[in-house]
Amino acid sequence: MYEGVVQDLIDELGQLPGVGPKGAQRIAFYLLSADPIDVKRLAAVLVEVTERVKFCRVCFNVAEDDECRICKDVRRDPSVICVVEEPKDVAAIEKIREFRGRYHVLGGAISPIDGVGPDDLRIRELMTRLADGAVTEIILATDPNLEGEATATYLARLIKPIGLRVTRPASGLPVGGELEYADEVTLGRAFEGRRLVDV
Amino acid sequence: MHLRRLSLTDFRSYAETDLNLEPGITTFVGSNGQGKTNLVEAAAYLATFGSHRVATDAPLIRSGADRAILRAVIFAAGRDSLLEVEINPGRANRVRLNKAPARPRDALGVFRCVLFAPEDIVVVKGDPDQRRRYLDDLLVALRPRYAAVRADYERVLRQRTALLKSARASGAVPAGALEVWDDHLVAAGAQLTAGRLRLVEELRDLVSGSYSAVSGNNRDTGLEYRMSAQPAGHPPAAAGAPASAPAAAPAAAPAAAEPDAGKVAGCLREALALRRRAELERAVCLVGPHRDELELSIGGLPARGYASHGESWSMALALRLAAYQLLRAGGEDPVLMLDDVFAELDSERRERLAGLVAGAEQVLITAAVRQDVPGGLSGARFEVAEGAITSG
Repeated sequence: MYEGVVQDLIDELGQLPGVGPKGAQRIAFYLLSADPIDVKRLAAVLVEVTERVKFCRVCFNVAEDDECRICKDVRRDPSVICVVEEPKDVAAIEKIREFRGRYHVLGGAISPIDGVGPDDLRIRELMTRLADGAVTEIILATDPNLEGEATATYLARLIKPIGLRVTRPASGLPVGGELEYADEVTLGRAFEGRRLVDV
Repeated sequence: MHLRRLSLTDFRSYAETDLNLEPGITTFVGSNGQGKTNLVEAAAYLATFGSHRVATDAPLIRSGADRAILRAVIFAAGRDSLLEVEINPGRANRVRLNKAPARPRDALGVFRCVLFAPEDIVVVKGDPDQRRRYLDDLLVALRPRYAAVRADYERVLRQRTALLKSARASGAVPAGALEVWDDHLVAAGAQLTAGRLRLVEELRDLVSGSYSAVSGNNRDTGLEYRMSAQPAGHPPAAAGAPASAPAAAPAAAPAAAEPDAGKVAGCLREALALRRRAELERAVCLVGPHRDELELSIGGLPARGYASHGESWSMALALRLAAYQLLRAGGEDPVLMLDDVFAELDSERRERLAGLVAGAEQVLITAAVRQDVPGGLSGARFEVAEGAITSG
């Protein structure tokens, strides 16, 4: 244990994802020895983030205005919505620079153990967006784990009856990888989803 | 395959021990509480990355130490492999194969063994979960992909149970929420059930052959896998008098073709629909492979409750011997380990078991009294006393 405020800092840092007790201590002492100007700038950004960043009222991605950059962009295709769990998933998909549709951020995945049910996710908001008939395809890009799959199943059961095209990104072998390094589950999925070779 | 070397560091009662082993038979003799079983447990840990005696790793660490290390040189397919496991209670184990870090999942199957232990009697006499565990452990050892299926199924079960519990507490299920978990329970459950059904078919004749060989009599043994979701076409034979059910079962078995995962999925769906209300009332998952039973019978009577102590032991040994034969058919001979088993058997059963295992590539035997081990099993002998092992 350290004295007063130093311990407070370590405890606060320890709450962050991916930071354990040892890591928190390391960051705390780094901050103590760093240039006070740098530390103050970090503190200012932290305050600013909590005050200025909001969630887009359309897709619930992080935004600085009422609407995010993507929802405001008229060049984006309004007929396709890609549903993801978290804002960081939007950033990941944006990196491929291929997808020109829009997003919807659920804010998590269905997980009864953690007390997260369909009503705790932004599913009602998604259904409202589908009401005007402009959307023709929904891509369910939730994580390929049990909770993500369950969320995708739930949404598919909900959306399919409306008559929209519902798709899910393929699961399988990593590109540029070697077959022998894939685990059995991934390899099994890849075999299930095999496709005809076009020549 | 066989073990060439086994070293233990801070494992159970052993601070540091290093054993050179040979193919054939090796016997460890010592009074109770000297550390014989700990040796066998260490070897078995290398095959499954879990103990057959305790559910958590903490008791495996010598008191005062913060981690245990197991090392083994395994000779298989003409070459030596070095497998090292660092057991860190509460954290992930570190595994190295031939000095390179490996994922535990990938190192499963490098060492394979079949362990006969006094605890085996509960497979016959205990609750159904013991028999499901016997099937699942063997299934994973034979076909490693089932490790993932089993883990998936357990996770689906936990999620679905959590949902049922919260639904009971709040008095309502969000529309469509349960159906999602039904889909996943059916998908994973059908795969696991189909794997077990296939395994039971493979085991049936081997168990009956092993039972005759161990017990010396020709009483029929039966293995029937009973799904909690009975197929609609096969009403449960146990509907009438429970005692007469297993007698009828073996006759019906050849007619029933091995159901594939698709058929099982259909049964699970039907059963889920039927039990929905009960599930919501009790907030428990009532349908699926976690409620299934492997019914064992001897001479037409259920082994559990009817069989004598000797018959139960013969059945327990027959299940292990059948597992050994199945694993052996898949390639390399697994190592056989008999932990204090001879003390449980009468002299005829001892001699017959000795005859059955004598030809295995490597057999490790522990006994409290040297005279318990049949004379036919000669080979290297070690004395175990207070955690020290000396050539005897």
